[in-house]
Amino acid sequence: MNAIVIDHVGKTYGAQAALADVSFSLAEGALLALLGHNGAGKTTLMKLMLGLIRPTSGRVEVLGCDPAGAAMEFRRHLGFLPENVAFHDEMTGRDTLIFLARLKGVASNSCAALLERVGLAPAADRRVKTYSKGMRQRLGLAQALLGHPRILLLDEPTTGLDPVLRAEFFDILAELRKGGTTVLLSSHILTELEARTELVAIMRAGRLAAWGTLPQLRAAAAMPVRIRLSTPGAASRVANRLGGVTIAHVNDHSVDLTCLQSEKMAVLRHVAGLDAEVQDVDIHLPTLDDIYLHFGHGEVIQ
Amino acid sequence: MNAILVIAGKELRDGLRNRWIIGATLVLASLAFALALLGAAPTGALAVKPLAVTVVSLASLSIFLLPLIALLLSYDSVVGEIERGTMLLLLTYPLTHTQFLLGKMMGHSAILALATLVGYGGAGLAVGLGQGGDAQSWGAFALLLATSVMLGMSFVSLATLASLLVRERSTAAGISVALWLLFVVVFDLAILGLLVTGKDWLAPWAFGWLLMANPADVYRLVNLTGFENVRMFSGMAGAAADLSFPPGALLAVLAAWVLVPMTAALMIFRRREL
Repeated sequence: MNAIVIDHVGKTYGAQAALADVSFSLAEGALLALLGHNGAGKTTLMKLMLGLIRPTSGRVEVLGCDPAGAAMEFRRHLGFLPENVAFHDEMTGRDTLIFLARLKGVASNSCAALLERVGLAPAADRRVKTYSKGMRQRLGLAQALLGHPRILLLDEPTTGLDPVLRAEFFDILAELRKGGTTVLLSSHILTELEARTELVAIMRAGRLAAWGTLPQLRAAAAMPVRIRLSTPGAASRVANRLGGVTIAHVNDHSVDLTCLQSEKMAVLRHVAGLDAEVQDVDIHLPTLDDIYLHFGHGEVIQ
Repeated sequence: MNAILVIAGKELRDGLRNRWIIGATLVLASLAFALALLGAAPTGALAVKPLAVTVVSLASLSIFLLPLIALLLSYDSVVGEIERGTMLLLLTYPLTHTQFLLGKMMGHSAILALATLVGYGGAGLAVGLGQGGDAQSWGAFALLLATSVMLGMSFVSLATLASLLVRERSTAAGISVALWLLFVVVFDLAILGLLVTGKDWLAPWAFGWLLMANPADVYRLVNLTGFENVRMFSGMAGAAADLSFPPGALLAVLAAWVLVPMTAALMIFRRREL
């Protein structure tokens, strides 16, 4: 069963279109990274899945229900971490989590374990007012995990987290996914997602500009692979012997080549035939950043 | 229902933590005691019924204080949560807009009721038990306590309504000050002005109906005309005969002042998208 179905969804605020004709579906246990510039519609999409707002057109289905029309019970299966999460400053972290657990109908004795899990146990009895950005984010994550949600929506979850905690955060996500939780997260920090996500959706101006796995997106973007040959003292000689290959840049000790993904092996075989003149080869595949820049700012592909 | 209680419970705990409850109780109690002790003196008579006098003084005091406390409690109950950014998260929980708002109002009403019952109740008990109170005076005092809570609740409703009509906390605070001035100060002055200038063309009964447009005046009427012995001390014996609103009707109007703004707030908030 698909955990999330977004079917030709549009949402307009007044005259402004926040989303236009977005369609995709997510299987249970999937992890989708939602990328896009500010105002691209990521948060609007999450609000629709949470049932906070209704689509102007199209259909949203989460766990087989219409989130805006579903009974309140439905929300027990959702976990949400908003961007710039805020809590009541005067409450302690523990009280905050217990309050939210009660609201969600979750036994409040699970709170201590959750605080431990996000590394907030030592500060649990301090007031939220005294928390750093990262600590608030951890508390936000803890509340999103209350009651083992089946759908986890995380809006910019890793901002303010240090690298160690960021790694732990992705470990927690991996663990949840094994239990069948569907995770949808948005982020600006693209490189950290690269190793962790299978599915990527790139939003641009309210539309889905690209969708797929990273290799698929790489192929669709047809972005060139850059190859740097280290050729101390022999750069121009090597360059001359590379007939037919696009040479991007030559200087004293290296030659930069670009080629399509599909031509990469052919080029490498050619380079290997140049014997000892080439000391080393660096291959630079397009990163998520490159792909994001390509789709996030280039043409919208339908 | 459970979600309403969770929200109300949190508001009540907030009230305890930030010393709102203790502060309001102390203010009400100290003023009530001061009035109770001093208020008995000017009557001069030996046959004075001190509890009845206390009711008159407390009713006048409440008209100024209780609306103020209620407005301060509730003016940012919606807009404050939105401005702090805590609202979005709360509404993704299994909590409807209606439950959220009812919980807020219930919590604030509970804080107010606690402060009123403890603050006034303490003073009333001290006076009533110490200097003697007959059944009628106790009745008047019970009515005072009940209507004081209702008066507070009506301003909780009004402030909550104001807090969801505006986009900024500061605007909500301004509206609350304006509401207090309007109902507590300006309204009575306007009525007084009408009474002076309009006595030729305005029927006397119309003034009674005008008073219904202000919860503070309804509260005053209920308490000052509800019981015979109170009426004597409040100088309302004559007025009550003219106005001729039975206490039951006045209570119903006061209840309407709680329920109408509350219902309006619920209806507006239910349709709100965040």
